[in-house]
Amino acid sequence: MSTVPVVELRGISTRFGNKLVHDGLDLSIESGEMVALVGGSGSGKTTLLRHIIGLTRPASGRVKLFGEDLFSGGIALQRQRRRRFGVLFQQGALFSALTVAENIALPLRELKLATDAELDDLVALKLDMVGLRPDDALLMPAELSGGMIKRVALARALALEPELLLLDEPTAGLDPERSASFVALIRTLHKALELTVVLVTHDVDTLKALATQVAVLADGRIVSLASVAATQASDHPFIKRFFAAAVTGPAEQGAR
Amino acid sequence: MESQRTPPATPQLELITGESNRAVLRGEWTLRRLSPVNSPLRRSLLKANENTLWDLSGVSRLDSFGATLLWRAWGGRWPANLNAPDACRVVLEHSARAATLKLPKPPAYRFGDAIAALGARVFGFADHLVAFIRLVGQLCLDFVYLLVHPGDWPLREISANVFKVGVKAMPVAALVGFLIGVVLSYLSALQLKAYGADIFIVDILGMGIIRELGPVLVSVLVAGRSGSAMTAQIGVMRVTEELDALAALGISRTQRLVLPKVLALAFSMPLLVLWTSASALLGGMLSAWLQLDLSIGFFIETLPRAVPLPNVFIGLAKGAAFGLLIALVACHFGLRIKPNTESLSANTTASVVTAITLVILVDAIFAIATRTIGVPG
Repeated sequence: MSTVPVVELRGISTRFGNKLVHDGLDLSIESGEMVALVGGSGSGKTTLLRHIIGLTRPASGRVKLFGEDLFSGGIALQRQRRRRFGVLFQQGALFSALTVAENIALPLRELKLATDAELDDLVALKLDMVGLRPDDALLMPAELSGGMIKRVALARALALEPELLLLDEPTAGLDPERSASFVALIRTLHKALELTVVLVTHDVDTLKALATQVAVLADGRIVSLASVAATQASDHPFIKRFFAAAVTGPAEQGAR
Repeated sequence: MESQRTPPATPQLELITGESNRAVLRGEWTLRRLSPVNSPLRRSLLKANENTLWDLSGVSRLDSFGATLLWRAWGGRWPANLNAPDACRVVLEHSARAATLKLPKPPAYRFGDAIAALGARVFGFADHLVAFIRLVGQLCLDFVYLLVHPGDWPLREISANVFKVGVKAMPVAALVGFLIGVVLSYLSALQLKAYGADIFIVDILGMGIIRELGPVLVSVLVAGRSGSAMTAQIGVMRVTEELDALAALGISRTQRLVLPKVLALAFSMPLLVLWTSASALLGGMLSAWLQLDLSIGFFIETLPRAVPLPNVFIGLAKGAAFGLLIALVACHFGLRIKPNTESLSANTTASVVTAITLVILVDAIFAIATRTIGVPG
């Protein structure tokens, strides 16, 4: 495999009005890693994810995906680059007017490469991959539970066989049991499909179960990029607070 | 293009026909690599037959798209002669298993369904009627409640809505009114000139605009502008669960959401009618002056004699009635929106279409009911 980082951010700065969210941020993510992006509320984690997807552009700095500048090349080239990653949005962002099967088939249908029979096979395959039954194919997004929405959204994100998977709060809003099974699913897929995964999370359990590396976003920069154990041992004040809060539990922290 | 060497990752299929009868696959059989060479590869795949030996040992990567492509090309069963590395075999097995999972098909459309759809429409209409009456009834109850508890009037909401549907609509209403006045006057003037009946332009414009055109024009404008906005706003509040939040907080949605809109529109519409009619008359007056040399002073002097005062009140009453109707219809459809985009668009369309249709229907009723009032001579 190539040694080019899958995601490379150089000198990213983002401004919201007068507020400087990212201040010359650098981050590079190697192929095959599962990197958890953590940081306090409003530290710009989701914004950073949106920069990587290309939904927003930083005020300054460069975003490179697969070794190429995100916005370089013509429209066709940019579109091709976009098809190399899949995104799981926080609320799932399923198309509410389409059934589960149509949602998953949509990205493939857009490419006009597969026959209808193949599309059916692939939808069944993706449903199976994320642990849903074929009978769920005709349901509408409004009829799905929170956990199922995440699974369908994940199936849609995987529809184009991406090399890079971006997850925004994958376990937010799920009960502990569903959260654990979703985490297990992501880990299985990460291994089976040789994916590079970037996930934004608040949840320390998710983080410990999944991440091969933790990127800590504080004061507008990545203050640490290391394994979970090494990150926990760090004495940066934010990291200490972050893990301390998880040990004592958020309830006590809220009571302070 | 032709000079460019094919990169090794590109999926390749070499068919060796004749005695050996082999299909040799090479490269990365992944969605990304397959997409540029999809159709020629598919054509080649068709040429293979049952006895072909499939050699996948040169495939460096196979994803589920490539596996499904092959599986379908094999006619949904394992080929008799297959030489595949374990990694490929695992992916193929997964695709093979998925192919046996039958996705449920939406039931086909039959003749009986057409009849059922027709029946559903009739019941749907009855349902709309009941819901509409219930909404109006609830609003009446709210109104009575507010009369008893004058401290609870949602005055802020009403005033905000008056600004939104009334004040902000003034520029566009004036523009449309003015242009319609010019057009009407210009076209009538052409005909009237032929008969030498120039001064009747005042009667035509006055009666037409004040009694009929002004209210209907404003209604169509407001239904499109504010009616759709009201429906969409309430609909999005449903999608974002804001309606549920209001209910959970013990705040009546008819009282806080619907009533202010209905009252604001019923109050603003007569004013808008007055404003638009005036602007249309101004347009007509200018056009008549330029076209027929009818002085503005004469026009203004003749207008009260040509159009008796009751016509103005009929126009205002129509405005109030239409405003009430548009807001009621808009809120009715808004509250029926389900949390998906399809329902949002369908109900917003239905809201505008129904409002305009109802306005014209009620206008006809007005025309018959007031046929003896305000007619000169």
